[in-house]
Amino acid sequence: MEPGLLDFPSLGLSIAVKLLIMVGFFLTAPLVAGYMEHKVLAHQQDRLGPMEAGIGPIKHGVGQLVADGAKFIQKEDIVPTAADKWVFSLAPGVALVPALVVMLVLPLGPGLFGENLGAGVFFALAVSSVSVLGVLMAAWSSANKYSLMGGIRAAAQLIAYELPLVLGAAAVVLQAGTLSLVSIVEAQADFRIFGLLPMWFVLPHAIGFLLFFVASLAELNRPPFDMPIADSEIIFGHMTEYTGIKYAFFMLAEYAGMVVLSAIATVLFLGGWYVLPGVTVPELINWVVAFFGAGPFEFHPVVAGLLGVGVTMGKIFTLVFVMVWFRATFPRLREDQLQRMSWLILIPLGLLNIVVIAIAKVLA
Amino acid sequence: MTETLPERDAGVLPGGPGEGLLVEVRDGGDIVTQEMNLNIGPQHPATHGVLRVVIDLDGERISRATPVIGYMHRGFEKLAEARDYRQIIALVNRHDWLSAFNNELGVAMAVETMMEMEVPDRAQWIRVIMCEWGRILNHLMFVGSFGLELGAITPLFFAFREREDIQHLMETATGGRLHFTYNRIGGVKEDLPAGFLQASAKLIKVIRRGTQQYRDLLFGNEIFMARTKGVGVLPPQIALEYGVSGPTLHATGIGEDSRVTQPYAKYGELDVPVPVGGNGDSFDRFAMLLDRIDASTYIIDQALDRIPPGPCNVKLPKIVKAPEGAVYTRTEAPLGQLGYYLVSDGKKNPWRLKMRTPSFYNISMMPYLLEGALLSDMIAILGSVFFVVGDVDR
Repeated sequence: MEPGLLDFPSLGLSIAVKLLIMVGFFLTAPLVAGYMEHKVLAHQQDRLGPMEAGIGPIKHGVGQLVADGAKFIQKEDIVPTAADKWVFSLAPGVALVPALVVMLVLPLGPGLFGENLGAGVFFALAVSSVSVLGVLMAAWSSANKYSLMGGIRAAAQLIAYELPLVLGAAAVVLQAGTLSLVSIVEAQADFRIFGLLPMWFVLPHAIGFLLFFVASLAELNRPPFDMPIADSEIIFGHMTEYTGIKYAFFMLAEYAGMVVLSAIATVLFLGGWYVLPGVTVPELINWVVAFFGAGPFEFHPVVAGLLGVGVTMGKIFTLVFVMVWFRATFPRLREDQLQRMSWLILIPLGLLNIVVIAIAKVLA
Repeated sequence: MTETLPERDAGVLPGGPGEGLLVEVRDGGDIVTQEMNLNIGPQHPATHGVLRVVIDLDGERISRATPVIGYMHRGFEKLAEARDYRQIIALVNRHDWLSAFNNELGVAMAVETMMEMEVPDRAQWIRVIMCEWGRILNHLMFVGSFGLELGAITPLFFAFREREDIQHLMETATGGRLHFTYNRIGGVKEDLPAGFLQASAKLIKVIRRGTQQYRDLLFGNEIFMARTKGVGVLPPQIALEYGVSGPTLHATGIGEDSRVTQPYAKYGELDVPVPVGGNGDSFDRFAMLLDRIDASTYIIDQALDRIPPGPCNVKLPKIVKAPEGAVYTRTEAPLGQLGYYLVSDGKKNPWRLKMRTPSFYNISMMPYLLEGALLSDMIAILGSVFFVVGDVDR
């Protein structure tokens, strides 16, 4: 694989820079997602949401999640007497770490990625579903019936929804002919519908995208598939017994999961860092300035990379916005209805989608 | 009381740490699952209040459910024996805090009947208007909370938008937002403020727009329909046997409503529509609320045109004493049939005040509805059999 912008001749330096960027992204992006949840939900519900906490003169609740985090740290860390203490304490970490690890392979901009793995899609999907293990650990070790029910629901949901998720992604892999996330983005830049119109995979793979998005909502336990934490039924599922910073870890895992799965969807279906199908930001700028008669500009690779990151972020948070929107709109499905929907509708659709894509690929 | 409860939870989690497996595979391949005993409440988000339901679960299916009441017993009936009639009015608007005005009216009517008091026409009309506003307030609360229980958080905020308007309107007349204490023996506290009727007429339009919006938002939602249609079906016969009343009864198709069958205040002179459902499921019960809100606006509309000028209360003696005897008044409170059985020995406080509160009877039917339901359906059922825990326990 060709090295990215973050690969320096010195191995130590590359690792340091990559770690810094990854952890920075990991700590900020979920906060933005959380802030969006606060504010978007509030405005859709005819409320204002957090208005006071802020950073300096900027108010409107931008500092709300930082304040929440500070509050969580101060809370008493309660471990139930009957709990399996080790498993109970490890569970939030197990739920959180996969989201962090997936960021290793996520290409955010041209040349801006931790590692361009040959089996990137496989790695990302495999690792991101590990977080359910954390949920199960939390559910079982809490020694609480509500937690246990939440855990069982989460496990049932995982089995039902991992399949549509993978089927949606598999069709894209088939089309692009590669498992590398970076190459999939590049493949979308060259892709033409009927050899004419440049388009991202989202159009030919509309069904696959739908499957992927719905399944990722279920995987994240987001409404309308939040049965594992259904607060009006089983209190808060696996998180019932958690307090303080451990609970905050679970919340962070949820928001990080939203960002990560949106990022994978962006890469697979929405053309990654390309602002228009097959057009990067520098190219777009040069087109516009050419229209006004100015000469083409040269963009430093780092600048081009950062512009690409901006585009990727825009797409990621558009998807996050839709997830929050769903929460304001839908009631919760019932567990059996979800299973029926998955096995009878989504999975057959996914298989059909793969067949159609395969035929189209052979014919093209 | 302990005798009626299922076996107590041993405190050890089946299938959890330090316990055996939930599932046992017998010889011959039969899979036997162990039932789990689960305490829902008294502190649980879905029981809005402190209702406790002890359920036996087989997987997600409820095999037995026992509501345990009394966590909010505040001794209203006994307390009433130590209060005079003016104080009781302030007392009874608290047992069902969501239908304060309607509760007050029942007691006021009971005392008026015993004293054979003539209540001025204007006061009667004001009572009708206020009752219907109270009904809308109550139903809007349940419209919002039902969505919340199904996992849709938005309807609650929308419902509170309209509730806020109504509370503001009632505040102008009564000074209260939740506990109005506007009824008096022989009428109401004071006349309506200037502009109240016009404001009411304006607000009716807002409410109608609101109910239509809820219908659009919820009835067009596939998930909402899937969660409520055919869930918790209550046959009319069972409903009657348990003494269920109000919207829960109407949803089964029986339109028994004391505003029509035994009119009080000025309901006899009005056209009182009683919407009824057909299936008696959660969806019907919920739809009843919205239909009843519309019906209430229709009643207010009629009353606004007909309210006459005049006095709105009577001069009372310094100490109100009901003559010796007993009386039972029934009114249609928002949640159903509300009865007060007042026994007086001629003193300034009642000898006995028995309350027949609708929530109590709605809850008593719960074991029937919950048996065989899924745990998720329990929420849809609890949310749609309308009750206020304070009204159950008194």
